[in-house]
Amino acid sequence: MTFDVRRYRGFFGLTMLCLFILYVPLLVVMVYSFNDSRSITNWEGVSLRWYVDVFTGPESEKFKQAAWNSLTIALSAAIVSTTIATAAAIGMVRGGAFRGKSATFALISLPIMVPEIVTAVATLIFFSTIAFPLGTLSILVAHIVFCIPFAYLPISARLQGIEASYEEAAQDLYAGRWATFRHVLFPIMGPGIMSGFLLAFIISLDDFIITNFVKGAGVETLPTAIFGSVKQGIQPNIMALSTLLLLFSIALVTLSYFIGKRGEALQPDRGD
Amino acid sequence: MAAGTGSGRTVSATFRPIRGWLLLPSWAIIGFFMVIPVLLMLVYSFLTKEFRGGVIWEPTLAAYDQFLFDRGLFGDEPPTIEWAYITIFIRSILQATGATLLCLLIGFPTAFFIATRPAHTRAIWLFLITIPYWVNLLIRTVSVRFLIRDNGPLNDFLLALGLVDQPLGLINTNFAVQLGLFYSYLPFMVLPIYAAVERYNFAFSEAASDLYAPKWTILRRIVIPVVKPGIIAGCILVFVPSLGAFLAPDLLGGAKTYMIGSLIEEQFKGNAGNWPFGAAASMILLSMVLVVLLFYARGQSREGA
Repeated sequence: MTFDVRRYRGFFGLTMLCLFILYVPLLVVMVYSFNDSRSITNWEGVSLRWYVDVFTGPESEKFKQAAWNSLTIALSAAIVSTTIATAAAIGMVRGGAFRGKSATFALISLPIMVPEIVTAVATLIFFSTIAFPLGTLSILVAHIVFCIPFAYLPISARLQGIEASYEEAAQDLYAGRWATFRHVLFPIMGPGIMSGFLLAFIISLDDFIITNFVKGAGVETLPTAIFGSVKQGIQPNIMALSTLLLLFSIALVTLSYFIGKRGEALQPDRGD
Repeated sequence: MAAGTGSGRTVSATFRPIRGWLLLPSWAIIGFFMVIPVLLMLVYSFLTKEFRGGVIWEPTLAAYDQFLFDRGLFGDEPPTIEWAYITIFIRSILQATGATLLCLLIGFPTAFFIATRPAHTRAIWLFLITIPYWVNLLIRTVSVRFLIRDNGPLNDFLLALGLVDQPLGLINTNFAVQLGLFYSYLPFMVLPIYAAVERYNFAFSEAASDLYAPKWTILRRIVIPVVKPGIIAGCILVFVPSLGAFLAPDLLGGAKTYMIGSLIEEQFKGNAGNWPFGAAASMILLSMVLVVLLFYARGQSREGA
């Protein structure tokens, strides 16, 4: 008497239910964003009018400014946090055992561990105490801190799979430390750094709670602008804007996925 | 292969001497912009509130007192227990627990199913689970609101089928918030359980089945105990953000579904705010999360021992 110990009745059904739950709300918003109706309730045929509205309608200036803020902040935050995280990953993985190593790891993971709303409150209180003006710069600083662990995790995971022999070979050939990093370690670490960068970018782009606390008056990013509009009631142009943002995120995640896959193929040390 | 014959050593003589310099930016930035702010928040929770936001630097226990006791409008009546805020905290704990259980109920079978697929399709299934994880949480919550509101697509659908004769009235209820939390954090449950089941050695299950153990007994007595660390990790990843959630209670709930996140946010918005009280509520939330994480860390180290 044997049965397949890997199969359980109902698990396939629950998996499909899981995917159904995850995707249905997103698909419904996507479909309704093409609705040719001023009201979000009635369906009046397919049209692109709300996409046109996002770019040329009465709120388009606000959206453009918010999109510009979001992109510049996300790009800067991702570049800075990825640089910091890369240095930290090399220090942690290549540094051997040292006193305070687990404390350092806890410190780097802190922004993930602490509930986001607590980080938001603490940051606002800090900025207000040192009289740091709230605006684009305060958002950027808060995002850099918050993005470091998200960039760090894929980068250090990648580095853990790379043996030190590559650097030692380079050093034997009289490469300096910087040259060793630039020409040997960096290319092998590339895919990890790239996915760390993309994750940091998405995290910054999507962040609402911290941004909402530290943005100050007048400065909006896309999520805070969308939130402000939604509080007045969900409008069709918001659904079009949300669909665009959603597709942008999906494109970035897909990109990160394929970079990761290519990285696996290039991974030099994985004999198995 | 050739490179794989080594010991897998990752310590290098090249970068080891400068590790302090490499770690310095992280120490400095997270220390200055995260550790100091949290300590400052602790200090703020003991300060006197300034009307219109901000604080007066005079130490007081007023924030914590307000949290627990009602002393009447002018603060001169004998204190009675103030249930309003305690209720909000209990509601948050119940909502987070409910969301965790729902996620486990759907997430475990999903993770198990994906982990037992052939290697080449596994990646695709996993990718399908990760996509919503990276889509903007605000947009996901808004989309749930759009779907379940009174004249939204879900109610239209149920009315058209004749399953209900009036809209369900889901929006602005505790149930809607629960649904929103479940929906927000479902991928967080699947991923760690998947990682654990993927490492699970099915020879254990086969041995048990050779000894005539019924299938569901194998799952309950062998698979689940072995993958337990993954299940616990998934539960924490859902419970912790649910506890401090702001978007789901704010966009799907109403005044009667307040959670800790909404309470905190309210203290820092507009003129009605009370910064020391908001700081105190944040400190209580943070302590609760730390307790959960400490239990987890203790369980981990016992597991390793």
